Amino acid sequence: MATKILLENIEAPGLATFDCYRKLGGYASVEKALKSLSPDSITQEVLKSGLRGRGGAGFPTGMKWNFIDKKSDKPHYFICNFDESEPGTFKDRHIGQLNPHQLIEGMILGSYALGARSAYIYIRGELFYVLNIIEKAIDEAYQKGFLGENIMGSGYSLDLYCQPGGGAYICGEETALIESLEGKRGNPRIKPPFPALVGLYNCPTVVNNVETIANLPWIINHGADAYAALGTLKSKGTKLISACGHINKPGIYEIELGLPVEEFIYSDEYCGGIRNGNQLKAVVAGGSSVPILPAELILKTAKGEPRLLSYESLEEGGFQTGTMLGSGGFIVMDHTACIVKNLLTFARFYHHESCGQCSPCREGTGWMEKILRRIEAGKGSMKEIDLLADIAKHIDGTTICPLGDAAAWPVSSAIRHFRSEFEEHIIQQKCPFTK
Amino acid sequence: MQNEHTTIEFPPETLALVNRIIKRYPEGRQKSALLPLLHIAQSENKGWLSTEMMDYVAILLDIQPIEVYEVASFYSMFNLEPVGNCLIEVCQTGPCWLCGAEEILAHFEKRLGIKSGETTADGRFSLKTVECLAACGNAPVIQVGTDYHENLNIQKVDELLDTWQAENKNSHSNPYL
Ligand SMILES: Cc1cc2nc3c(=O)[nH]c(=O)nc-3n(C[C@H](O)[C@H](O)[C@H](O)COP(=O)(O)O)c2cc1C
Ligand code: SF4
Ligand code: FES
Repeated sequence: MATKILLENIEAPGLATFDCYRKLGGYASVEKALKSLSPDSITQEVLKSGLRGRGGAGFPTGMKWNFIDKKSDKPHYFICNFDESEPGTFKDRHIGQLNPHQLIEGMILGSYALGARSAYIYIRGELFYVLNIIEKAIDEAYQKGFLGENIMGSGYSLDLYCQPGGGAYICGEETALIESLEGKRGNPRIKPPFPALVGLYNCPTVVNNVETIANLPWIINHGADAYAALGTLKSKGTKLISACGHINKPGIYEIELGLPVEEFIYSDEYCGGIRNGNQLKAVVAGGSSVPILPAELILKTAKGEPRLLSYESLEEGGFQTGTMLGSGGFIVMDHTACIVKNLLTFARFYHHESCGQCSPCREGTGWMEKILRRIEAGKGSMKEIDLLADIAKHIDGTTICPLGDAAAWPVSSAIRHFRSEFEEHIIQQKCPFTK
Repeated sequence: MQNEHTTIEFPPETLALVNRIIKRYPEGRQKSALLPLLHIAQSENKGWLSTEMMDYVAILLDIQPIEVYEVASFYSMFNLEPVGNCLIEVCQTGPCWLCGAEEILAHFEKRLGIKSGETTADGRFSLKTVECLAACGNAPVIQVGTDYHENLNIQKVDELLDTWQAENKNSHSNPYL
């Protein structure tokens, strides 16, 4: 049986209650940490485990924690990023709804390691029902002495709160999230300074993704070496992949990093193959922002090696023939799907979600949406395909935050791999997929 | 303070909740409570934020009204115009689109006789398209109040609408309760 860190007990009835979670070994890592481990040794353990951020960027978690300004006499903050708004991504909701105590346990470990006395879980406002589940679990943790003053007589105290967002994808970007948590519009800040030095209320702050944090109890319980033994050279541990689209079994799967994509798509243990016996056409492997790949390039790299679900294998070939693991939002399209129309929904999304601070993003996303709308409706011209690619190129890398890149990559990759489909729309003067 | 002339006042249990929330932030950082308070204020005002309501929130947090307006207008969950008693939000992003979200939206439009962005003449229903709700594995998805309805098809939409019509559905209850 493959090791499960995040979904091990997910089907246990009543897992969201303290008693059930505790009976299954919950909060043991907090007991261990507060009794016998220094904050620094926890950071070292996380560093050694090789855990990389699961929010999308894949930055090593221990390294990020080491940037925190330890000398600062200001309060330190630990924040959980539960914005989960990247289209195709629906894994954090699963943890929050079914296993809130594992997230709370991870929050205690991270807060202790970072010297935080207050911590926040920022959760997208649409998921208010999940916020209520987590708040109930937080109340229980207070009652049982795992939160609040002097936790288990260790002298360490922590307050943990939930904060709802208001409906804005950009608040998943960590500096926009911090602005939002301060009660402002979600405009990303210019970096540097990074949040580890100047974050919430101008204090040293670390923001981590839900899944990243939910891994911490296991790492502290089993040790960094056990964690690092899972996965591949550069991709340690397991990863939640949320799979959707034209597959037989959409859902959330915990895989050991390094699983072949082909096995993931076709095996009954995971996606169970393409619906109606249809043909695989394309995959967006890491949430809407990452480059789309056609079937042949998602199953095998350009060198002909099997493509694996790992950071390095998905990146193999760069943007010419590769993509990224991103958030693990795995969107599958069969041969009936119109690439242009799917892209149009993404373009509309990024246009809608641009915060408007930088002109290339504010203007470019709207322009791309408009052109795609025309092409999709059969009213575009061949010149506009190049114009589209050109706009995307000029957004990429020219903005304050990566939302601009995220809007550009789907467009440039769709044109790179599926140009003929854009041309078909123009030649036929309609979408070739409408009957 | 500039605007003491409001007639709005939350009921005591709502005020108690507001005060509990404000205590979550350090001294002088009460503005952090703005998003939670706007959600509460909207639920106390039939699902939308009037200027008067936003001014009241400014008083509660001891901040300028403009600080409330600029935030309320940034986030898509806050409605700055009146909405129907039951607000139906239909996800339209890629994964839901791949699984038939357009047909779901079209069916809502047909049965309610309104387009997305509109409210029925009797004020009972509003329809709105939204972006990915983080439930793509169960596409197509809609949200009504704090409830998600997933794996939709035409028949399920009919059943939901029949129920809501019969019970005179109101989707604007306090999300914290
Ligand atoms: C536009 C944009 C949206 C993002 N959305 C999310 C999100 O919904 N959830 C998340 O955890 N990280 C998101 N991120 C990444 C965060 O900025 C940040 O890197 C992450 O929370 C760090 O946590 P990790 O290191 O544990 O992954 C987003 C980034 C950008 C640029
Ligand atoms: S890239 Fe877009 S979302 Fe990011 S700061 Fe600039 S305008 Fe805002
Ligand atoms: S696209 Fe509709 S829930 Fe994600």
